[in-house]
Amino acid sequence: MELNQLTIHELQEKIKNNSVTATQITESVFSRIDAVEERVHSYIRLMKEDALAAAAKADVDIKKGNIKPLTGIPIALKDIVCTKGITTTCGSRILHNFVPPYNSTVVEKLRSAGAIFIGKANMDEFAMGSSTETSYFGPTRNPWDLERIPGGSSGGSAAAVAADECIASIGSDTGGSIRQPAALCGIVGMKPTYGRVSRFGLIAFASSLDQIGPFTKDVEDCAIMMNIIAGYDPKESTSVNAEVPDYRQFIGRDIKSWKIGIPKEYFIEGVDPEVNAAIKKAIRVIEQSGGQCVEISLPHTQYCVATYYIIAPAEASSNLARYDGVKYGFRAADVRELLEMYKITRMQGFGSEVKRRIMIGTYALSAGYYDAYYKKASQVRALIKHDFDEAFKPCDVILTPTTPTPAFKIGEKTDDPLQMYLSDVFTISTNLAGIPGISVPCGFTSRGLPIGVQFLAGHFEEGKLIQIASAYEKNAKIEKRRPTL
Amino acid sequence: MKISSREVEYVAHLARLEVTEKETEKFTAQLNDILLYIDKLNELDTKGVEPMNHAISVTNAFREDKMLDSIGTENSLTNAPDARGEFFRVPKVID
Repeated sequence: MELNQLTIHELQEKIKNNSVTATQITESVFSRIDAVEERVHSYIRLMKEDALAAAAKADVDIKKGNIKPLTGIPIALKDIVCTKGITTTCGSRILHNFVPPYNSTVVEKLRSAGAIFIGKANMDEFAMGSSTETSYFGPTRNPWDLERIPGGSSGGSAAAVAADECIASIGSDTGGSIRQPAALCGIVGMKPTYGRVSRFGLIAFASSLDQIGPFTKDVEDCAIMMNIIAGYDPKESTSVNAEVPDYRQFIGRDIKSWKIGIPKEYFIEGVDPEVNAAIKKAIRVIEQSGGQCVEISLPHTQYCVATYYIIAPAEASSNLARYDGVKYGFRAADVRELLEMYKITRMQGFGSEVKRRIMIGTYALSAGYYDAYYKKASQVRALIKHDFDEAFKPCDVILTPTTPTPAFKIGEKTDDPLQMYLSDVFTISTNLAGIPGISVPCGFTSRGLPIGVQFLAGHFEEGKLIQIASAYEKNAKIEKRRPTL
Repeated sequence: MKISSREVEYVAHLARLEVTEKETEKFTAQLNDILLYIDKLNELDTKGVEPMNHAISVTNAFREDKMLDSIGTENSLTNAPDARGEFFRVPKVID
């Protein structure tokens, strides 16, 4: 195995017993990038010089015995988290030249833990999309099949991990943007509880739904990343001041006598038969691991997508009002008057999916329509959350497919926004309810495309997700495959 | 029709987006599809349901009123498309 193919915990071992250096690990990642990046396009920007300098510094620390949890580990960052002095575009023309004057809290935390930043990963523009096709910098391709999408919006972060172009990465999840690409790329992805990870320095899409989380090669690495990024931040008023457990302690624990809810509304027509079969198999593995699976109902499931496509665009239309060509980013040339400058700047600076969502949101919030759309959706959101509250009374965890289908083809859904939205049907409810979720690989289709199983838990119960995901990973013994690029 | 092309033009103006005739046409069709789908929500009786505005129950997050470092004027202006002195520069607002 090459160094770039290993997990964080495997590399940590090697660093601790002095069998590798941070420089060797980092060089191995960049030689992989040199070999495959042209075809996959995981990154908007690479940070090779900075990364090698950081690796050299890490090697000095390692010699001194000063080894932190991520010392020498190459990490990719979705280009939505601000990095001081390094261009942060959010996949948009309107921020193509934006150089943040500060670091996001997640970047500060990873840096303090010793991480080496490899680059800024590609994404759907402003995280609006399920395929990474709306990026101003061109699409990312699925490492398992270059004709297909990697999922989105954090498609670059997911593809980079799947293609071994980094060891782990950071994404953000507003309606499934971590779990869906994790499933479609055959890796582990977690969306933590709303408020668990600070959003300071995360470019806002829908502030009541956005959450930062990790992509990793296995569940133990997910726990390691969560240990670093979780926690209260006085700079972020919605981050929650609650105790953060050591997530690694949940690895290897059994799930005997746990009750696992299987919501019947997630096994509907339109779910790919191979996905369905893989999930049924995952249920059997959970039962063989000592879990008791029971059918439950989340009765408002069918209203989740409609609710989301009012609330998320409404918040986005307000958040994206700041891009006006005045303070930062792109400004249209040859404009003579202020209103014209706003309008032309935004017309030229935003792509069509972003414009579409700004339009839906502006409409839903406009005079005469607020009660019919935004208020109504906020009420249905309360009903959706109530469904979960009831489900978690008897159940420890809920198990569902992460996505209804495996990765679809590039271009297949770009002309039909509604079909694209429906690919998030199993992930959106989590964000509306604010609960945590994790996607774990659970097999492959006959064409060799990865499938993911999703586990959901109550607020701040990421530990339970790590525990069941780790038990599942151990007992399912999913064949270890790597994409052939 | 949930939304006419004239309404689409008006919403674009509210959102400070210049739209071409072709875009207006496309957005009108797509927004109609999306809004028709969203009509699904009207199947539900939500009378008396308190709207949920946040994923978790949050109360005001107060902090002590003390001076901390900020990024400062110079740093704040480095990304500006057009800045002069301590100010952002924009095209004239009134004649």
